Amino acid sequence: MDIDKIDQIIDEHQGEASSLIQVLLAIQSENRWLPKEALERVSEKLQVPLIRIQHIATFYKAFSLVPKGRHEIHICMGTACHVRGAMRVLETVQDLTGIRPGETDLDLKFSLETVNCLGCCALGPVMEIDGKTHGKVAPGESAGVLKNYE
Amino acid sequence: MSRLNSPAELEEFRKSILSKRDPDKPCITLCSGSACHATGSREVAASIEAEIKKQGLSAAVDVRKTGCHGFCERGPIIVIHPEKICYFQIKPEDVPEIVSRTIKEKQVIERLLYSDPNTKEKIIHESEIPFYKNQERLVFGSNGSIDPKRIDDYLAIDGYSALAKVLAGMTSGQVVEEVKKSNLRGRGGGGFPAGRKWEGSRNAPDEIKYVIVNADEGDPGAYMDRSLLEGNPHAVLEGLIIGAYAIGSHEGYIYVRQEYPLAVENVNIAIQQAEAYGFLGQNILGSGFDFTVKVHQGAGAFVSGESTALMTALEGRVGEPRPKYIRSNIKGLWGKPSVLNNVETWANVPLIINQGADWFTRFGTDGSKGTKIFSLVGKITNTGLVEVPMGMTLRDIIYNIGGGIPGDKKFKAVQTGGPSGGCLPEELLDLEVGFDELTKAGSMMGSGGMIVMDEDTCMVDVARYFIDFLTDESCGKCVPCREGLRQMLKKLTNITKGKGEEGDIELLEEISEIAKEASLCALGTSAPNPFLSTVRYFRDEYEAHIKEKRCPALSCKELISYYIDSGKCRACMICLRKCPADAVDGGKKKIHIIDQEKCTKCGTCFEVCPSRFSAVKKISGEPVPPPIPEEERMIIRKSKAQ
Repeated sequence: MDIDKIDQIIDEHQGEASSLIQVLLAIQSENRWLPKEALERVSEKLQVPLIRIQHIATFYKAFSLVPKGRHEIHICMGTACHVRGAMRVLETVQDLTGIRPGETDLDLKFSLETVNCLGCCALGPVMEIDGKTHGKVAPGESAGVLKNYE
Repeated sequence: MSRLNSPAELEEFRKSILSKRDPDKPCITLCSGSACHATGSREVAASIEAEIKKQGLSAAVDVRKTGCHGFCERGPIIVIHPEKICYFQIKPEDVPEIVSRTIKEKQVIERLLYSDPNTKEKIIHESEIPFYKNQERLVFGSNGSIDPKRIDDYLAIDGYSALAKVLAGMTSGQVVEEVKKSNLRGRGGGGFPAGRKWEGSRNAPDEIKYVIVNADEGDPGAYMDRSLLEGNPHAVLEGLIIGAYAIGSHEGYIYVRQEYPLAVENVNIAIQQAEAYGFLGQNILGSGFDFTVKVHQGAGAFVSGESTALMTALEGRVGEPRPKYIRSNIKGLWGKPSVLNNVETWANVPLIINQGADWFTRFGTDGSKGTKIFSLVGKITNTGLVEVPMGMTLRDIIYNIGGGIPGDKKFKAVQTGGPSGGCLPEELLDLEVGFDELTKAGSMMGSGGMIVMDEDTCMVDVARYFIDFLTDESCGKCVPCREGLRQMLKKLTNITKGKGEEGDIELLEEISEIAKEASLCALGTSAPNPFLSTVRYFRDEYEAHIKEKRCPALSCKELISYYIDSGKCRACMICLRKCPADAVDGGKKKIHIIDQEKCTKCGTCFEVCPSRFSAVKKISGEPVPPPIPEEERMIIRKSKAQ
């Protein structure tokens, strides 16, 4: 990631140490993961020890310390989706992609994550791919949905 | 827009907005909250705009993209004013007909109306539909009539009049008294009286004080705070400014989940507009009172919704809870008095100020006043957000508003209070919903999630699900929570896999006691609730799993098997084709058999088998019947010649 872009993000937050989480969120959203160099730059500019940044980057779910695949699959594991069979959808998707939640496949095609609730419970069980919601998915249908992604 | 410098100027301005609005001009409102976006409301919106233009009606018809209407099951929803005709499950292809027939010719399109599932009667107006009719939408009701991105819409429905009233003629003490008198209790989970919290901060001697909106809604299956913040951000903001005035704070924060992008966007727009109009900033409405608000995004940690953890996160550190020997309304954010309330609590404040505490206390029970928004989800016919007066029974909410359980299934339990809440059985359906009533029954109000479960839901699995969630979300600071939950999860997982042992229930109860006693924050102390409430009301299900290795709900994968009843199978090949594991053997006219070795128990065959055959069977706790002998597998259909 470009150092200038990181500096620009830090400057937008007035370089305050209390904005650390906001700065990391902005980098994550720009770059989709947090490379080591980016964290080192933030540490240097905000005068925050790297260990504290690591603490935050590993504590919160929004951050990733490894590159993400081209397509991000989010499977909702909220209670409403759970009682409507989200686990079976997850298992089928795991079988199809060969990856488990938190992992990315070797071709960097898919990253799989579970989320706690997407808040569209009327559509449960819900699978979201690159921000597009697929509602009321039956396990058998997930193969058809995944086929559309290259 | 220039700043409004006094309450009188605000009233003048309001009049000018209203005078420009023709109540008879056709207006299409479309719900555009996150939940409706998922069902395609963006495409519908684009289609409406294009069609209006195409038919040359741009000047004659208003289009308003509003927040959530609540009836998510039937979204996207549009309402056509002034007739208030309500259409459900709109698709882009329905739009040309709506514009030509309903807007131009004033005709109602029958097929888009709500149809009562029992009487089949078509209903035209929202207010007559059972889902809405039985609610009391004090806080949530405005969502459907305003565009959250336009402050003028909020002003048109009397917005910021409570703030004007406060600044024009109430002392901060009077405001606190009114809120105290209303007995408004925190809508985020704890149910602590807001007025008392405010009073503590107001009386604290510090110069600097903070007010905070907690919009870190993390309970799975609960999305009312998001919908409120997305759909009516000014109501929350107005409540916050009033709270700031009451305690003498000049700086506020809105802590909102990064997972709620539309809420973040709408609340930022609302702040900019409120600043431009003079509801925020220096010398608000000429009163001499100053107040500014910042938005802080959460980065995805359930525990950060706990008040002290949230304040730690606002300080830029890892959002872990800290001890509350001194309450945070005395010593909170950066060690200063801080009033933190939930989105819904703040949104109630303008109502209380405008209509008075006496009016507010007319709704609800002795201990719980006003209304509460619940997110009614799970195995329920009408999924959606419902606002009801406190004291309504679970039965009324689930059956009269929610329309009961779909698919002729039997009700089993309703889970309230999020991961730390509990499951209530059928015997308690007549329980009146309130803070103390729910706690007494072993659950809690929480932020308002209400997840309905039917006979197919395994209660041991539900307990395992929540403990799994909490194990993952525990920050790890306290040993009883970090290690205790991990051990509970291990035991519960074993039980659902048929590896439960005698004594497991007792051991789980013992760990629960310790976690409850010895954890620091509410996450740990309430974490055993999902187990304790399910074992209290559904102990027989635990025992069936442990002793008979049987899952009564036929849900735990390791304890169930699927087989095909050879007497019913018509060899239609549907399950054979759909099985993702190639576990079904058979062919045309050859009765199908499930290969138990290959079967992954995904349940696809069970779901796709035509109901007129119902040949796929699901069993638990008994052996699978042996497959039909090979020579008897061919179906010989009688031909006409015979």
